Amino acid sequence: MSEYVSLTSPPPSAPAALEQTQRQPENPAAVSTRASTEQLVSIQTDRPEQPARAARVVVARSFTDFTPQVTFDIKKCDLHRLEEGPPLRAELTREQGLQYYHTMQTVRRMELKADQLYKQKIIRGFCHLYDGQEACAAGIEAAINLSDHLITAYRAHGFTYTRGVSVKEILAELTGRKGGVAKGKGGSMHMYAPHFYGGNGIVGAQVPVGAGIALACSYQGNNQLCVTLYGDGAANQGQIFETFNMAALWKLPCIFICENNKYGMGTAVERAAASTDYYKRGDFIPGLRVDGMDVLCVREATRFAAEHCRAGKGPIVMELQTYRYHGHSMSDPGVSYRTREEIQEVRSKSDPISMLKERMLANNMASAEEFKEIDIAIRKEVEEAAQFATLDPEPPLDELCDHIFHNEPPLEVRGTNPWSKLKSVS
Amino acid sequence: RRFHGSGSAAVQVTVRDALNQAMDEELERDERVFLMGEEVAQYDGAYKVSRGLWKKYGDKRIIDTPISEVTKPGVCFMTFNFSMQAIDQVINSAAKTYYMSAGQQPVPIVFRGPNGASAGVAAQHSQCFAAWYAHCPGLKVVSPWNSEDARGLLKSAIRDDNPVVFLENELMYGVSFEMTEESQSKDFTIPIGEAKVERQGSHVTLVSHSRYVGHCLDAAAVLAKEGIECEVINLRTIRPMDVESIEASVMKTNHLVTVEGGWPQFGVGAEICARVMEGPAFNYLDAPVTRVTGVDIPMPYAKTLEEHSLPQVKDIIFSVKKTLNI
Repeated sequence: MSEYVSLTSPPPSAPAALEQTQRQPENPAAVSTRASTEQLVSIQTDRPEQPARAARVVVARSFTDFTPQVTFDIKKCDLHRLEEGPPLRAELTREQGLQYYHTMQTVRRMELKADQLYKQKIIRGFCHLYDGQEACAAGIEAAINLSDHLITAYRAHGFTYTRGVSVKEILAELTGRKGGVAKGKGGSMHMYAPHFYGGNGIVGAQVPVGAGIALACSYQGNNQLCVTLYGDGAANQGQIFETFNMAALWKLPCIFICENNKYGMGTAVERAAASTDYYKRGDFIPGLRVDGMDVLCVREATRFAAEHCRAGKGPIVMELQTYRYHGHSMSDPGVSYRTREEIQEVRSKSDPISMLKERMLANNMASAEEFKEIDIAIRKEVEEAAQFATLDPEPPLDELCDHIFHNEPPLEVRGTNPWSKLKSVS
Repeated sequence: RRFHGSGSAAVQVTVRDALNQAMDEELERDERVFLMGEEVAQYDGAYKVSRGLWKKYGDKRIIDTPISEVTKPGVCFMTFNFSMQAIDQVINSAAKTYYMSAGQQPVPIVFRGPNGASAGVAAQHSQCFAAWYAHCPGLKVVSPWNSEDARGLLKSAIRDDNPVVFLENELMYGVSFEMTEESQSKDFTIPIGEAKVERQGSHVTLVSHSRYVGHCLDAAAVLAKEGIECEVINLRTIRPMDVESIEASVMKTNHLVTVEGGWPQFGVGAEICARVMEGPAFNYLDAPVTRVTGVDIPMPYAKTLEEHSLPQVKDIIFSVKKTLNI
């Protein structure tokens, strides 16, 4: 049995939800080479005492059943000051698809777990959740290298994960424990990793810093670039425009990405911005508007942008049109300025994880069971991480004053009263 | 112009040139050091502190930034008044980052520029930011007085792996001081966090920083004729403050007068008072600490008004005598 039989026909198109440009059988898998359950069960005559169950199908199936690679049509990007944009078709291998799925689903489950922990008051303070926007983080990371740099604002848990920090260290940071990625001293908005500069609490302040990182890349001549993210709310800030000016002037290798999730806190974009064409707001900087719910669109656009920067053409702006299911933060139910129907509609029609999964299933790139197994494994990982985050002790009091200065001999820090003299170690 | 001798034979160097030399040497010493700011390159610096550096090091190392008060990830503020617009970056992106990241992300940067009152630049260009910056953990705040201070402290600041706010003084740029041979060597650095006793005395301690150290020395010269010997301490660093040097002096003289150009409330002098009260020197005070400060008003423009808004030598003399109950 070989899958090559079904591949003699031209590549299948994407599921019905997206535009069809080719007439293809709706579900090529319907005429696939997969044997039916009954057929498989009947082959296994060596174990007559075992009842015929659907589970057997998994055991008997080999990976050569699946389509190794499919080319999908993706939405065209709106362009600003660009003659041409990213390609209109994206290649997806089975491995990539499963990896993107795994990444997005992990971020999703991690954020939902954070929601739960927050409601149990195990996480305190600010908590800005990323669920709904997973395709942005996953797609961007798929197009850059770990040696490139990335900086974002406070809705940062997803990027913290894609930049290499484990779910365990993220959740433990949210719960303020010593096993957290910043030893419990940073919290939700201040997580860091090599080539990942947080996590920044002051709206827009990360953008000039991102350009500075790009300046360092250009100064060091290392062919790296910096992805600098901000939201639709921050997009109206003065410092963003100061940054655009310098980045363009000095041709910095900086990809400015506006994650437009339609609301700056509770203010819809139409009420906040005289121009909601965020991809054009860079004026003299070329821009792209991208479907941020499609991980392949995000990846292709980021690849295009990365090539632009690395070719020395200077900065570029990308607007990712995306959506957040949660409110601005955990203290915002998120329904006083938008309708539940709107949220539900996005969930059912444009969920990034569902879209990828449906695409892969429709094209026989993986099985439903495989996805289920991935889900189960992720659930387990997140559960264990949450356990750790709940049980790990808080950072010890004698480390309260540490990390004030780098490369310094220990210094004395005044405590809450004159007799309290605390020690600070680098 | 004035000059003050400070030891074995040497050259007269202005504060401006001392800063310039320090930067030149540090740029040469470490490839990773660069200077950016408004007019630092082709204009040779608004106050000519960075003169010649662009010619020598070029576009890559000396960068002119457009007028952009917030986005100065680099080094030079044309005056620290403009730094108020960038202050979020100095505090939230620079000072706090090493702590928030639990040691993962150090920020080796120097923010330098003229601080405090100049001459006739009026209210929005005359504020002293020593107290504002020194309030924040994670920053070092340095305030040189003479050329030796400028050179040694700037070198230390540049070599430091932490964010340093380097408060210069525009009126001091053109003032020459004698510099010893030792202080002109390429590796001459002054440790951050150590004050210097500029003049020994036994009757009263005068503590000051930046330009007013000079005023204190002038007051001391006048008072010496009346038999009052002042010990003058040049703080050099505002944060971390060298309280031990102040205490050691007070335990000897029993009287303390602080002198600064900034406003009185919540200022450098206020901090010194609080620290002295909390330490061993309190029991040695024969009188409460006296603070000599700028007048608690925005800076006026007219010359006479401006002069009377800042501590003058006669104010210091008056305050010393009151403190000594003379």
